Amino acid sequence: MKTVAAFEIKFRQYLDPQGKLTQKPLPRFAQDPGELVKMYRMMSLVRVFDTKAIALQRTGQLGTYASSLGHEATHVGIGAAMKPEDAFFPMYREYGAQFWRGVQPHEVLLFWGGDERGNVFSGPKHDFSWCVPIATQYHHAAGAALAFKLRREKRAAVAVIGDGGTSQGDFYESLNAAGAYQLPAVFVVTNNKWAISVPLAAQTACETLAQKAVAGGFEGVQVDGNDIIAVRDTMEYALDKARSGKGPTLIEALTYRISDHTTADDATRYRGKDEVEDAKRKEPLIRIRKYLMDIDAWDQKKEEQLVAECAAQIDAEVKLYKDTGKPPVTSMFDHMFANLPESLVEQRAAAIAEEEQHG
Amino acid sequence: MAKLAMVEAITQAMAYELEHDPAVVVLGEDVGINGGVFRATNGLQQRFGKERVMDTPLAEALIAGMSIGMAAMGMKPVAEIQFSGFIYPTVDQMINHAGRLRTRTRGRLHVPMVLRAPSGGGIHAPEHHSESNEALFAHMPGIRVVMPSSPTRAYGLLLAAIRDPDPVVFLEPTRLYRINKQEVEDNGQALPLDTCFVLREGGDVTLVSWGAMIHETLQAAAKLADEGVGCEVIDLATVSPIDFETILESVEKTGRLVIVHEAPRNCGVGAEVAATVAEKAIYSLQAPVERVTGYDVPMPLFKLEHDYMPSVERVVKGIRRVLEN
Repeated sequence: MKTVAAFEIKFRQYLDPQGKLTQKPLPRFAQDPGELVKMYRMMSLVRVFDTKAIALQRTGQLGTYASSLGHEATHVGIGAAMKPEDAFFPMYREYGAQFWRGVQPHEVLLFWGGDERGNVFSGPKHDFSWCVPIATQYHHAAGAALAFKLRREKRAAVAVIGDGGTSQGDFYESLNAAGAYQLPAVFVVTNNKWAISVPLAAQTACETLAQKAVAGGFEGVQVDGNDIIAVRDTMEYALDKARSGKGPTLIEALTYRISDHTTADDATRYRGKDEVEDAKRKEPLIRIRKYLMDIDAWDQKKEEQLVAECAAQIDAEVKLYKDTGKPPVTSMFDHMFANLPESLVEQRAAAIAEEEQHG
Repeated sequence: MAKLAMVEAITQAMAYELEHDPAVVVLGEDVGINGGVFRATNGLQQRFGKERVMDTPLAEALIAGMSIGMAAMGMKPVAEIQFSGFIYPTVDQMINHAGRLRTRTRGRLHVPMVLRAPSGGGIHAPEHHSESNEALFAHMPGIRVVMPSSPTRAYGLLLAAIRDPDPVVFLEPTRLYRINKQEVEDNGQALPLDTCFVLREGGDVTLVSWGAMIHETLQAAAKLADEGVGCEVIDLATVSPIDFETILESVEKTGRLVIVHEAPRNCGVGAEVAATVAEKAIYSLQAPVERVTGYDVPMPLFKLEHDYMPSVERVVKGIRRVLEN
């Protein structure tokens, strides 16, 4: 017998959990401390936003909310590597990527507060909004990438799912198509070890999720998802590749969901304290902050100032959210079709009458 | 003007849009060099190239989902699902995304796609090739469901579907693909969506049908005309949303209603027609509404398909029942 196919999966990391460099030279963007500080500031803002959003939910001022605690490096790294003209297809907790792309925190709060107007956001108008049905957005990214390829546009589509999403048929179908069409797409799997209560070992027998790309006939890379430098570097590599017509990449970002799945979940039902405590020691903000302090790009005073700034910014965003009234009842109907059919005109009128009578 | 079979009229509509709108692309399984298993895309790849008429990997959810992504980025995909029973993997994408992306983003993104699929029985096809599933899609908010019943209507309605800025499921009765030919002028004239077509006027009973069953319904109407019964035949054409104005106007005139469809009866589109007529025109009715439909069974293999599908005789019997009252 002879070997007719073989594969290997590379793991990329620059910063270890202690903030020490594991390889040099650093990618170009990371040689600029100002750029690293910019990313660190965004990660911090997301952390403050997340804490605030959970507090709003716990006090009945927000609906169910999906926390991003522990995912900040993966999300900000994705956002920082993308260009505005690229298209983003998130799942439902990539706040760091969205904020980087211009989405405002109060718009995210509007969505989780039960108001579609949160999806009419300040980010790129072609970006998709949150996608709750698992992995279905990989198809949309494939379609967008196909549109870019057909129109000879130097743009890429970036989609994100979690580790549980890799069990979906949609995941394999879109990877397969992306390989067959050589699409300008970057598929990210945020492997945070848990799909609600089901651990990764119950989803797959594979050693890595990056190797799922082998089935699509293209490159899969594993990256330390808590290392902002490694995530952005890998994303930039994959995006350059996509935009220059060299096909798709699957990126598995290794991180950990420190929070519950959502505010409706209680993770103590299915996992031990020890692994969560261990994950907290490896979380993404600690290491980049340590590194920035080591190279004298950051200090305690700047940190205190940043915390105060983030709190003030998020408080202002929360105010914007709270000051936004209920959407008009007509908005249920008014965006269904470009031209509202007659049968819906009648239902729309009935809904207005109901609201006027009963509020 | 050329005499075209319905399947040729469908090809011609796609060719017209491919020719006139660079955003239009045709995609699906075997739609390329093979021209589609029913030949609905015959010659299109040869004429417009592989980037306008694309074979896809064999994955229906992908075909629908990828079309949504393309459509949201400004293209107008016309996707083909090969056989009616293979359409179900698209349901997730159609209901969760195609039908609600515009609403979800309050109009920021929209989905100008057409999902074409063959529909219905009567051509001795294998299992899972003969289903009538329009009711499934009609129940999805944000999606139009259109079923043509003649070459001219297929041409005009498909043009309208492709040009519509919102998703349209376009279900083509396979039995009608080559049943007859009609003069079809390739003038790019679309027919209106959300509008019924009155195919025959009459004062005694209203017959509402769509898709392949229009043929049985028209034959039944012709038969009863010989006996002096005036049947008004309405082709729903856009199965969802329904143009009730035309139906109600007719029922108010005739006082009698028979609904004919090939799909199973339970929760079929006929139930919606009957319920709305009951709500809005019950005092015009002189007899209970009659439904002549397929049975609530899995579509049988072809030895029994004609026992399943409403025949002209069954339609005539249904009409007689409402006339007796």
